[in-house]
Amino acid sequence: MPADKRPATVKSKRESPRSEERAGRLPADRLLEMLYFMRLQRAVEDRGVKLYYQGRIPGAYFTGWGHEAIVVGAAAALAPDDLLAPMHRDLAAYIMRGITVGEVFAQFLDREGGPTRGRDGNVHMGDPRRGILPFISHMAASVPVAAGMALACRQRGEARVVLTFFGDGATSTGAWHEGVNFAAVFRLPVVLVLENNQYAYSTPLDRQTAAQAFVDKAAGYGIPGVAVDGNDVLAVHEAAAAAVVRARDGAGPTLIECRTLRVRGHSEADKFSYVPKALLEEWAARDPIVAFEERLRAWGVLSAEIDEAMQFRVAQDVEDGLAWAEASPEPDPATVTHGVYAEE
Amino acid sequence: MAQLTYLEAIREGLRAEMRRDPRVFVLGEDIGVYGGAFKITEGFLDEFGPWRVIDAPLAETANVGAGIGAAVMGMRPVVEMQFADFVTDAFTQVVNMAAKYHWRTRMPLPLVLRMPYGGDVKGGPFHSQCMEAWFAHTPGLKVVAPAFAEDAKGLLVAAIRDPNPVMYFEHKHLYRFRREEVPDGEYATPIGRARLVREGTALSVISYGWMLHKCLEAAGLAAADGIAAEVLDLRTLAPLDRDAILTSVRKTGKALIVHEASRTGGIGGEIAALIAEEAFDSLDGPVIRLASEDTPVPHNTGLEAAFQPTVAEIADAMHRLAAY
Repeated sequence: MPADKRPATVKSKRESPRSEERAGRLPADRLLEMLYFMRLQRAVEDRGVKLYYQGRIPGAYFTGWGHEAIVVGAAAALAPDDLLAPMHRDLAAYIMRGITVGEVFAQFLDREGGPTRGRDGNVHMGDPRRGILPFISHMAASVPVAAGMALACRQRGEARVVLTFFGDGATSTGAWHEGVNFAAVFRLPVVLVLENNQYAYSTPLDRQTAAQAFVDKAAGYGIPGVAVDGNDVLAVHEAAAAAVVRARDGAGPTLIECRTLRVRGHSEADKFSYVPKALLEEWAARDPIVAFEERLRAWGVLSAEIDEAMQFRVAQDVEDGLAWAEASPEPDPATVTHGVYAEE
Repeated sequence: MAQLTYLEAIREGLRAEMRRDPRVFVLGEDIGVYGGAFKITEGFLDEFGPWRVIDAPLAETANVGAGIGAAVMGMRPVVEMQFADFVTDAFTQVVNMAAKYHWRTRMPLPLVLRMPYGGDVKGGPFHSQCMEAWFAHTPGLKVVAPAFAEDAKGLLVAAIRDPNPVMYFEHKHLYRFRREEVPDGEYATPIGRARLVREGTALSVISYGWMLHKCLEAAGLAAADGIAAEVLDLRTLAPLDRDAILTSVRKTGKALIVHEASRTGGIGGEIAALIAEEAFDSLDGPVIRLASEDTPVPHNTGLEAAFQPTVAEIADAMHRLAAY
């Protein structure tokens, strides 16, 4: 298989227009809130990486470095009652939907205060009480479940939307195919957000699909697909917002392919030497947070004063969250057999 | 009391719960317009409409996953596997997504998987399997396997009302096996409780499903030879009714375990170990297991008869055990 079969970033006719001219539609506080959550994900994960290398986070550690525009742009399109089925690079989305930074760190540290109370680790969390499906390690397993959550909304006549994230590797699974197909057949209110970061662990795109572009798969399910620059938070947001409206109107699912590059390893144990240096440099120069900051400054939305206050707030949220998590107890070993079954 | 087949009892239990609770719905392949491969849901589409009787794509992962998603949202889905064998295509959804859900979240997951299982239906290796042990081995799942029409209705009702994922193993050979008395109206058979079907003093026979009926027939033959076998219908395989098993074995001092699933790694091994650990002092003979051979389920009638425990083999084992 020729390695150069596919350019690093696949061009598509359906590439959405630059979001520049449309950005003015979003009020400044919404734009700044999106930047805040992008920065918060980066800051929490940055601290997480340090904790991991200090040996304080047991097991594996995953980040969504470079994914922040996708995560925040898409999750910001949801209404309060909507539902989320995230994966392991979507930290900001968990927080935007109500999981606190303290709970996130408690989860990383395996403490009782984490959403899984030490029963599961790292980003394998969620909270159905807050409309977040807990993610499991099996890629795309959440997709059919997201369809079922949307089915329940449809059955009860609730105008709620389920947004689910997954990666390029996940699209190779049967679960992804079955879940997308199920959602399409019943025209369920599902938004399918593909975070195409070009590598599934070490496996490149040409080992995942022979299709020219993932977004082309949408046609096979009879649903619309749109490809966007995954490092442009407003482009992602615009596509997600349109898909959410479409889903809420009963028109069924939309596939949104967001293109980026995973600029760190699959996990922190992975030194990602298989990613060409030039490719890394190209995408590192397109950091989604830096790009958004520059645009917000150019538009006069991000003043030096606001910038400084936001950075202070992010740093404070990280410190407060970590302190909260560190104060959270270890789970009691005597409870190991508890909770296997729900009681009546 | 109505005279119903096992199949009719399942239908009655399912319909009663759907009438009682608007959250209950059924989803599966060919269950709506066609009424199901075995006609369990015949007439349901007309009564409950297409959002509660959902003809689904041929996709077990999607169908079980969708059931899980709906249960997450507080619905009470009953997902039909057309044949239990096809659940292998949904294995991750069952054992990873559903089984571990409450343990991770402390939230209920009221999902029922209807699992038409078992042999003696000329089904061969992909339409006859007994895979209940896979699921009994998975923490977080409940596994039930009724042998009688009364329990088929009552356990289905209990499964639907249970806040956990329940694998409901319904034996295809028993569907139209015979008519039995089934109580009218609403009742639930408690999950986790075995039932003493025949009292005896010489030995305890522990079984479930289709084999339970063979055991009863064999117990009748043994009784003619003066051997009073006690027959325990497990009804639930996870969580096991340990007390009922141990009480019976402590009384008789002997245990014969019979199941249709293949021997190695079957539920019988777990029961034998339980008896060895907890009732060793009461034993007057070896714990004997009779199970199907460790082969795939054969299609040919003669081969399948050789594969499964027979009434004669069960009666013979009763004699051997009684002789200790």
